[in-house]
Amino acid sequence: MPKETQLVEAIKNGSVIDHIPANVGIKVLKLFKMHKTNQRVTIGLNLPSSALGAKDLIKIENVFINTDQANQLALYAPNATVNQIENYEVVKKLTLSLPEKINSIFKCPNSNCITHNEPVDSSFTIIAKKEDVFLKCKYCEKVFSREIVTERV
Amino acid sequence: MANSLFQKHIISIPELTRSELELIVETAGKLKAEPNPQLLKNKVVACCFFEPSTRTRLSFETAIQRLGGTVIGFDNGGNTSLANKGETLADSVQVISSYVDAFVIRHPQEGSARLASEFSHGVPVVNGGDGANQHPTQTLLDLFSIFETQGRLDNLNIAFVGDLKYGRTVHSLAQALSKFNNINFFFIAPEILAMPDYICEELNQAGINYSLHATMEEVIPKLDILYMTRVQKERLDESEYVHIKAAYVLTASMLADAPNNLKVLHPLPRIDEITVDVDKTKHAYYFQQAENGVYAREALLALVLNEQL
Repeated sequence: MPKETQLVEAIKNGSVIDHIPANVGIKVLKLFKMHKTNQRVTIGLNLPSSALGAKDLIKIENVFINTDQANQLALYAPNATVNQIENYEVVKKLTLSLPEKINSIFKCPNSNCITHNEPVDSSFTIIAKKEDVFLKCKYCEKVFSREIVTERV
Repeated sequence: MANSLFQKHIISIPELTRSELELIVETAGKLKAEPNPQLLKNKVVACCFFEPSTRTRLSFETAIQRLGGTVIGFDNGGNTSLANKGETLADSVQVISSYVDAFVIRHPQEGSARLASEFSHGVPVVNGGDGANQHPTQTLLDLFSIFETQGRLDNLNIAFVGDLKYGRTVHSLAQALSKFNNINFFFIAPEILAMPDYICEELNQAGINYSLHATMEEVIPKLDILYMTRVQKERLDESEYVHIKAAYVLTASMLADAPNNLKVLHPLPRIDEITVDVDKTKHAYYFQQAENGVYAREALLALVLNEQL
């Protein structure tokens, strides 16, 4: 077992999200509402990583993150890995790809967008251009960089 | 076969195809030449204006009545349940749309028309301007005015002058014209009010030629359309405004080298960016353009509410 994973206790069943850039782990927790769960969650922040320098890692017991959820994660941490664990073994590795749309997660950064005071969920179309990712609000049609939208969770 | 705009929501210019834009322009021309007071007979259209508007509201109402339809609505949001009792726009739309055949909305917040289209239970919603976002019927009357004066929507040299950053009319018109062939744009704006990157990016992707210029004089001899907009005082600090304003004012003498077919357009209201001596030149077309707002809106409503014309 690699030394870095030993820093966080192994889980029997559940999901492990690894290779999250340092300082993004808490956002990922909120993205999956893990800060409100009753399940046991183990978090490693600023762990040593040969690829990233420092990384965050999250293990959550008895929760299996599905592909749609993993794709939402791709917005924050495109190089993160999501492994599903059963009986201490990795049974499935999810590959992340950007979703076409992302609904109800982020608030529109445009303070004059109609979504802020009406009974509708936010909805963004994802636009990937080379290395950059942009989100276009379905309602106000404004385009924002990933950083501007995701920092508002 | 039903026309493709029948019962369609008209929210944003990028959602209309080239052939739909052409159909609207062609229909506007027919209705201008030959009025048809039967097209909206027995139809009731809501014109709900949650913020003040002169030309858009009156030309929508004129269009509806000239086609034989009836208008209900209001000209500001101040007296509505929405403003006075805290009703959501979504609830207001659900109720009002149940009374009518089509719903025209102008609202100060971006995305309001899209939201309305999700709560109108299929009643077609026409965007009369949603905040700083879209104003598609302005673009339709602009296209109609260009077609009427030039006889084509392809192969055009068109300059946009003034506030290209915040002016939604220029953004929408640029998006619409990018669906046509061999369009050359010339942008003349203070750096602080330059065309936004996302529009330039869209033009790049559509393979549209555009260039930036410091003065109108350098491009006027090659233009078909000179599209003026207002540089709003509040966008700039006072000393800056006084300094740069003069560069974006059109006078009759500047049109000395203009080609015969050049027409000056402006979404109005004009303040002082076109001097009144331009009004008397053969190039001025902004008042006819405003009149065309009636025919463009007639065409749109006729197509949205009639399966076949």
